[in-house]
Amino acid sequence: MFLNQFLIFAAVLFCIGVYGVLTRKNGVLVLMSIELILNAVNINLVAFGAYNSDIGGQVFALFIIAVAAAEVGVGLAIVLLIYRNRRSIDVSEADLLKG
Amino acid sequence: MTALILFAQQSVELTSTEQWVINVFFGVIALVSTAAALKMVTTDNVVHAALYLLIVLASVAAIYVILGAEFAAATQVLVYIGAILVLLLFGVMLTRAKLGADDDLNHEQRWIGGLVSVVMLAVMSFSLWEAFEDTKVPTALNPDDFNTGAVSESIFTDYIVPFEAISVLLLAALIGAVVVARRD
Repeated sequence: MFLNQFLIFAAVLFCIGVYGVLTRKNGVLVLMSIELILNAVNINLVAFGAYNSDIGGQVFALFIIAVAAAEVGVGLAIVLLIYRNRRSIDVSEADLLKG
Repeated sequence: MTALILFAQQSVELTSTEQWVINVFFGVIALVSTAAALKMVTTDNVVHAALYLLIVLASVAAIYVILGAEFAAATQVLVYIGAILVLLLFGVMLTRAKLGADDDLNHEQRWIGGLVSVVMLAVMSFSLWEAFEDTKVPTALNPDDFNTGAVSESIFTDYIVPFEAISVLLLAALIGAVVVARRD
């Protein structure tokens, strides 16, 4: 199989994830789109690992999965805190830093 | 017995039929998961978005198996589908998201986001095509192609320092999440 099949599939998933992050207002949906982006990167790592017959690609994919688990835990805690303070998780309403 | 030997020889040689079958598998997985990802970022129901994300995550696990990374695939199923998706659904529940259709999930100027991602996809596809025109990548067909043992050896020898760093990071994230979300 061609390496490009995997890389372009990952690029498609990445761009869909970026679209989700840019257009969603609900905080939980933004976190889901971030998971999509991280998965696309993981496909790239595993594909390049297979291409170079290097085990490091898989190992770093596993590390990214662990970091994603940490990220979603902290991210959801922040979203819950925003919900508790403002009764809404609309990320476009959290604009205190806007002058 | 003869049939078994013939089969073994065929799978070592990687016939064109096997190539074809594996390509069809890849095409189906890629189409299904792209469609599910598109539905995920456009649907107007938060719980449906989580279920579409499940389809995408399972497809990515299948892609890992095609590439011979079966330990990464198992971890993907356990951690992403088993833990992260459930955590996201808990988030949906705790923030009392509207069950059923909700027409206030997207920004008004979503065409800018669409433009950004389409331009980015065009640039990335073009540069990937220029860089790796028809480079081949080996795919896994035999049990011998899988390498969980090598992965675990590699984690606990070459990558032991990043592994310990990840452990500390997970602990920090755990305590941080508890501290941030605690009611006081």
